[in-house]
Amino acid sequence: MAAALLERLGLALVTMIIIVVVVFFALELMPGDACSVNLGRGASDSMLAACQKRLGLDQPPLWRFAAWAGDILTGDLGISMQRERPIAEIVGWRLRNTLILAGVTAAIGIPLALGLGVLAGLNPDGPLDMTISGIAIFAMTVPEFISGTLMILLFSVILGWAAGVVTIGYKAPALDLLKASILPAATLIFILAAHILRMVRASVIEVMQSDFVQMARLKGVPRRRMILHHVVPNTLLPAISIIGLTMAWLLGGVVIVESVFNFPGLGRLAVDAVADQDLPLVQAIALLFGFIYVLTNLGADLLALTLNPRLRARRR
Amino acid sequence: MTARRPALPLPQVVRDVLAQRSGRIGMAIVFLHLAVAMAAPLIAPQDPTYQDASAMLQSPSLAHWFGTDRLGRDVFSRTLLGGREAMLIATAATIIAMAWGSAVGILVALIGGRTDAIVMRFIDAMMSIPWILLVMLFVAALGSSSAALVPVLGFSYGLSAVYLARAAALDFVARDFVVAAQIRGHARWAIAVTELLPNVRDSLAVQGAMQWSWILLAVSSLSFLGMGVAPPTPDWGQMIADARGIMQRAPWALICPMLALSSLVIGVNLAVDALARVTGVERTRRVLGA
Repeated sequence: MAAALLERLGLALVTMIIIVVVVFFALELMPGDACSVNLGRGASDSMLAACQKRLGLDQPPLWRFAAWAGDILTGDLGISMQRERPIAEIVGWRLRNTLILAGVTAAIGIPLALGLGVLAGLNPDGPLDMTISGIAIFAMTVPEFISGTLMILLFSVILGWAAGVVTIGYKAPALDLLKASILPAATLIFILAAHILRMVRASVIEVMQSDFVQMARLKGVPRRRMILHHVVPNTLLPAISIIGLTMAWLLGGVVIVESVFNFPGLGRLAVDAVADQDLPLVQAIALLFGFIYVLTNLGADLLALTLNPRLRARRR
Repeated sequence: MTARRPALPLPQVVRDVLAQRSGRIGMAIVFLHLAVAMAAPLIAPQDPTYQDASAMLQSPSLAHWFGTDRLGRDVFSRTLLGGREAMLIATAATIIAMAWGSAVGILVALIGGRTDAIVMRFIDAMMSIPWILLVMLFVAALGSSSAALVPVLGFSYGLSAVYLARAAALDFVARDFVVAAQIRGHARWAIAVTELLPNVRDSLAVQGAMQWSWILLAVSSLSFLGMGVAPPTPDWGQMIADARGIMQRAPWALICPMLALSSLVIGVNLAVDALARVTGVERTRRVLGA
């Protein structure tokens, strides 16, 4: 157990280090730097040189990388070009908002997906499964910005149930944000649940055909007990790692969905930062998203490890 | 000679795909879209960029089949033309992604050992950054032109191609015919090309077709965010972003590009479903943040 645990932790750490390297050197390989991109073509040589000196861009790349990576370790994400404020300060509130949105999405979407997946998998190709799977495939095929816009069209313009676009600022109290995240979260749940429930459905179908379920059926175990005690626990395990992996999509989807609904989170900040040509800010956000992804997957891995003894043994 | 899983000849694959219902419907949708995209400049009834100040937000009529948008442009003409640029970018980017992705994936599977482990760790780490942020990182540095999007998307989407090509090739690297080629002293690249590539062809074809639809969605999403196809070139993603503010008064300006993009993507999905069934390849869905 300890060895497997250490291995996962080590891998996560290595991945995070590589993310830092990739995010830094991906831009290093590009023509131009934070100053030339931000100041644009009209900048004079002296302005450019002054900016580069201010940001330390006149130093050799390896030295700058060491300084940047060292700052990140201490929680200093650098200075935004456009806003001329520490990035950690700009990002902080938005990170909270995005976490609220993601939290609502996960808290409702995951149980919903598990339930629907089990329902669909128990009677594959039945009318209920055809409906659930049909909607799920639609949700997986259509891009986020279309499903988000359709949500606005349906729930805001036609039905008038909720405001289509979020108008509150990024420092609004958490409760207001919770209210503002209804439609964005509904959009994310729609897509997230589709991905997870398809996986759960497949694993329910597989488990239903396994020997131990056949055995339980032959012994005359009541159907409800069989489902709750034999089928569901065995479908949850594979679901955990799928949920971890789906987080990567969720984080990417957040960027688009936040922009659709004008939600004041990290994703929309990233879009604004690209529009402002603010390279350090874009870098910092990419880094944060990467870290969140790695940590979520580490969490999912560790959870699977504690719940499934077989994973511990196989690794050794 | 060595025993291999027989790879079906191409005409046979096409025939088998068309024999399936989803294959027929999917291929019909895709070909209709391709035909419209190619013929669009000839058949579009109006100039898609012409702004008619006297005909703003008109509902569908004989003069404007799908109505007009907030600048009085003909939505029907714009919808016909709106997929061209995105499809071109997606095609070029898919070729790049599949080329470098499968080359690296197959070679890494063949070499194995430490090289494999190190390369895959890097790929893993890059795939931990959601695709859109990876792309935005490059778009911020290079600016958002179609010319810049092709290599950026080609690189980003190649990452998942590496995964897939490696997994597909791993099924074969330990087989007799590969070992025999190694003993005969063939070079690595030669083994990759003559022994492995024909065997992973089907997986790569399925993946390539899926990649095309993902990249198309990526381009549309970026256009929606204002980082993709730039005006005045009409584009579905951009049209949807543009029509959002007027959805109450002119829903047609929103619905038309949505239907166009969605139908194309659904068509590709149906066709790929059939292709995967015919070739016996497991089909990957859009899960890994791709």
